[in-house]
Amino acid sequence: MTMQVRLFASFRQDVGAGRVEVTLEDSPRVRDLLAALRAQYPALGPGLASAMVAVNLEYVGPDYRLHEDDEVAIIPPVSGGGGA
Amino acid sequence: VSFKIVDGPIDVAALNAEVLTDYDGAICTFQGVARRYSRGREVVHLEYEAYPEMAERKLEEIGEELRVKFGVERVAIHHRTGVLEIGEASVAIAVASPHRKEAFAACQYAIDRLKQVVPIWKKEVWSNGEQWIGWEGTPPAEAPAAAGDRR
Repeated sequence: MTMQVRLFASFRQDVGAGRVEVTLEDSPRVRDLLAALRAQYPALGPGLASAMVAVNLEYVGPDYRLHEDDEVAIIPPVSGGGGA
Repeated sequence: VSFKIVDGPIDVAALNAEVLTDYDGAICTFQGVARRYSRGREVVHLEYEAYPEMAERKLEEIGEELRVKFGVERVAIHHRTGVLEIGEASVAIAVASPHRKEAFAACQYAIDRLKQVVPIWKKEVWSNGEQWIGWEGTPPAEAPAAAGDRR
């Protein structure tokens, strides 16, 4: 199956797109998605290991099972809040 | 009361007015500000990017945490995105409560939590380069393993 994945910040900039398509075996888990992204988008680089994954606006773990219509985003280390 | 990602300057007076009621004797307002000097480098400007739908939801969750932990009900958090010049506020948090103690505590908790869980990213732009800044050392307390796998 094919999933749309949203990218932000360093990942968006490294890949040159805020949204990519990734091809996966059926009923994948988050860990499978990360492996596929690593293979299909080498530009994401080693930073992917320290990223989190959000599905339908919630953080999920590596065993979480994905569905085709899920909204998936790769969340690099966050840094909001200003200089404080 | 309102939890928003905004792309222009934050109106702190409006934020304060939004949370204040006749029950309140204190408003604690925090602003995070773009700093010129960071990690030994001179910053020209900052750029903030958000995952807006998720960021607003996470800000609302922080508001709910403040209600449970500190008993404060009147909270507003606005975070800005886009290019910020030095001295401009990237975030403002306003907490109103009958007494100052809860307002101070809630405000501090809110900014600490925001930096852990809200999907917003900062890029420092220097005269000779740029870098996205990430969490230093500690990933969010709300770790993937704890939050995931419920469906």
